[in-house]
Amino acid sequence: MAHSDPHDHGLDPDLPILTTTVERIVQWARRSAIWPAQFGLACCAIEMMAMAASRYDIARFGAEVFRGSPRQSDLMIVAGRLSRKMAPAMRRVYDQMPEPKWVISMGACASVGGVFDNYAIVQGVDQVVPVDVYVPGCPPRPESLIYGIVQLQQKIARSRA
Amino acid sequence: MDAPAIIDALGRLVSGAGYEAGPSVDVATIYVPADRLVATCTALRDTPSMRFNVLVEVTAADYLPRDPRFEVVYHLLSIPNRIRLRLKVRATEQSAVPTVQSVWPAAGWLEREVWDMFGVVFDGHPDLRRLLMPEDWEGHPQRKDYPVQIRKAAQTYEPLEVTEAEFRANLERDRVKRAH
Repeated sequence: MAHSDPHDHGLDPDLPILTTTVERIVQWARRSAIWPAQFGLACCAIEMMAMAASRYDIARFGAEVFRGSPRQSDLMIVAGRLSRKMAPAMRRVYDQMPEPKWVISMGACASVGGVFDNYAIVQGVDQVVPVDVYVPGCPPRPESLIYGIVQLQQKIARSRA
Repeated sequence: MDAPAIIDALGRLVSGAGYEAGPSVDVATIYVPADRLVATCTALRDTPSMRFNVLVEVTAADYLPRDPRFEVVYHLLSIPNRIRLRLKVRATEQSAVPTVQSVWPAAGWLEREVWDMFGVVFDGHPDLRRLLMPEDWEGHPQRKDYPVQIRKAAQTYEPLEVTEAEFRANLERDRVKRAH
């Protein structure tokens, strides 16, 4: 007799087994343990550190493991204004991160240049690296950045593994 | 020591230099002619009553449209005598100011910065490259007539520091070393 319920896989419901797809479990693993690169450029980095510290505690969202090496990171939080001379160095950090990787542009300066409308500052880091989430603010409060990370988690959950 | 006293002392040490006292609210300020700069600095450093042994800062100011448009500013400190002094040298885009690296070695990077930002040439400087801006930058950003809100594409990659042939040679050398 054929099963009419698509969720019934013919397993005994009392067995301690859950079923899912490979794609879903990979998305779950990726979004639940985002390791940001330890990479701060300006005052936004202070808010990023506050987000990592006990009061805001990004560990609640599984993203507290800041790595000193880009080779162990999935997420680059561009925290601050990017000077033109820093741009090749930041691109190198991004290139050294293993796939899959994501970028959050934190604050007005990283997103559009902010108040620094001049020759020395890159007017938006999306000229240098592909950005997934833009967090507005000058600087954004830690809650804003946490919201940005949650948005990124939802984006990862929607993506194809 | 105020500016007239320092000018008086320098006048006996350096011949033929027309010094003038500059207006100042904090530190004694003296205008020095560019061709007497090195002799003046040497005298300021070595005379026992002054002994300006620290070059704190070299910077410049652009007074466009005045001619000569630049003033190069030197801040000196005498640790033994606890006095400070500001020297100013007038310069144009063409006229070079002599380097004071022979007097204070610290002048090297400070003069590079002034050249980078203002385009004032330092005569006799052994390594007059850009310090703050990227090496292939055009123009001198701190000049009054520089277009500050310039729009340029961001440079994403730095030029290679070794040629492809050198890179291959390095690889080959390491490979040979490992084999032994």
